[in-house]
Amino acid sequence: MNQAAYDVVIVGAGIVGAACADEFTRRGMRVAVVDRDLVGGGATAAGMGHIVTMDDSEAQFALTRYSQQLWQKLRFELPADVEYEQCGTIWVAADEEEMIEVRRKRDYYDKRMVPMEVLDSQALRRLEPNLRPGLAGGLLVTEDVVLYPPCAARFLMERAQKLGAKLHLGSSVAQLGQGRVRMADGFEIPAKILVNAAGTGAADLTPGVEIKKRKGHLLITDRYAGFLRHQLVELGYLKSAHSVTSDSVAFNVQPRRTGQILIGSSRQYGAEHGEVDSGILMRMLQRAQEYMPALAQLSTVRAWTGFRAATPDKLPLIGPWPGDESLFLAAGHEGLGITTSLATARILADQITGMKAEIPIEPYLPSRAAKEHAHA
Amino acid sequence: MLSQLALTVNGAPTVVPSGTTVAVAMAIAAQTCRTSVSGEPRGPLCGMGICFECRVAINGKPHCLGCRVLCEPGMDVRTNE
Repeated sequence: MNQAAYDVVIVGAGIVGAACADEFTRRGMRVAVVDRDLVGGGATAAGMGHIVTMDDSEAQFALTRYSQQLWQKLRFELPADVEYEQCGTIWVAADEEEMIEVRRKRDYYDKRMVPMEVLDSQALRRLEPNLRPGLAGGLLVTEDVVLYPPCAARFLMERAQKLGAKLHLGSSVAQLGQGRVRMADGFEIPAKILVNAAGTGAADLTPGVEIKKRKGHLLITDRYAGFLRHQLVELGYLKSAHSVTSDSVAFNVQPRRTGQILIGSSRQYGAEHGEVDSGILMRMLQRAQEYMPALAQLSTVRAWTGFRAATPDKLPLIGPWPGDESLFLAAGHEGLGITTSLATARILADQITGMKAEIPIEPYLPSRAAKEHAHA
Repeated sequence: MLSQLALTVNGAPTVVPSGTTVAVAMAIAAQTCRTSVSGEPRGPLCGMGICFECRVAINGKPHCLGCRVLCEPGMDVRTNE
């Protein structure tokens, strides 16, 4: 049989691959998804599940906000185990200097119609009584959401499967390109379109892709209903998350529907192994306790690590890969893959079907990296 | 005869022999230790501090292992919600 059974083969069944499978099948394409492990088993399962509007750059804002609105539209279809909860984010300002950043963020979001509210010191204490006294205030961004990412990925994949998508788990991809996926056991799947959505593994499959692993730690507590009501992130997070060289930690806590609290966060380059690093974990917990001393009284259930797929310019790679007209990328989402998965699937499907995307796609095109090299 | 002590279990006065663990006091008072995320009542399984099914709130502190703590006079023990 010469006719390919699929229009698209997606490599990677994380939240991004699952969102692509869902979007492509809804547009009538015949889709196969392959993954060496499980649906939503990698970075998707390791991360927090924070659907957050970000403003590091205009391109990051456009993608995160667009995707957040897609999640909002999807929320009534999500099963209960996705635990979608619009709890909002409070960006916590420790001092007056950080309140300047709060006001800058307020002006930025105000211009772009993102609902938010500036909190003074008292208002912050009223909303989150377990924060230490004396913090300067914060910015409450009300439409930010938390959810449970592995179940969200499973939902998207199952919806795609109901529309005919085929899922092949448990076998590794050896090679990807020129209209075919070759599995490690030699089996080949031909398709007109191939999507590399392999996260931190994307660079191994497509030489020339610049994605590095950025390790993170998380810890989860036992259930303490009412202890925490919003996702809280220190504004100093921006300083630490932007550092591309050194290890960093930041106060970042998330309430789960069960009453459990996720405590983060850490960022490390060059750490290849997945074991918990007790030094980093202690630094992370000390940072959390500086903001929320009562955390020290809670019992924890476990700590774990995961790897973010980080690109040099902090934006994901979404679109055709230069030099192979069958190959597209949907990878490199760093710490924002849960947020931006739905928008990624939309704008990639728009490119493949020749439709105009709802946001400018140029900042995410993989060819931008090639251009930078040309000018270097 | 064993000496006895009095504590409260979910607000009800309860008398147990000295040396009784909190998990056993819960059983004497016919109360469950904790409630699972899906609302199921739970009680001690291993009785030796491994399974964490006997978590109770003791004197206001949640998530204490009932099988690893001895009852004390006046202790306030509650099912861990």
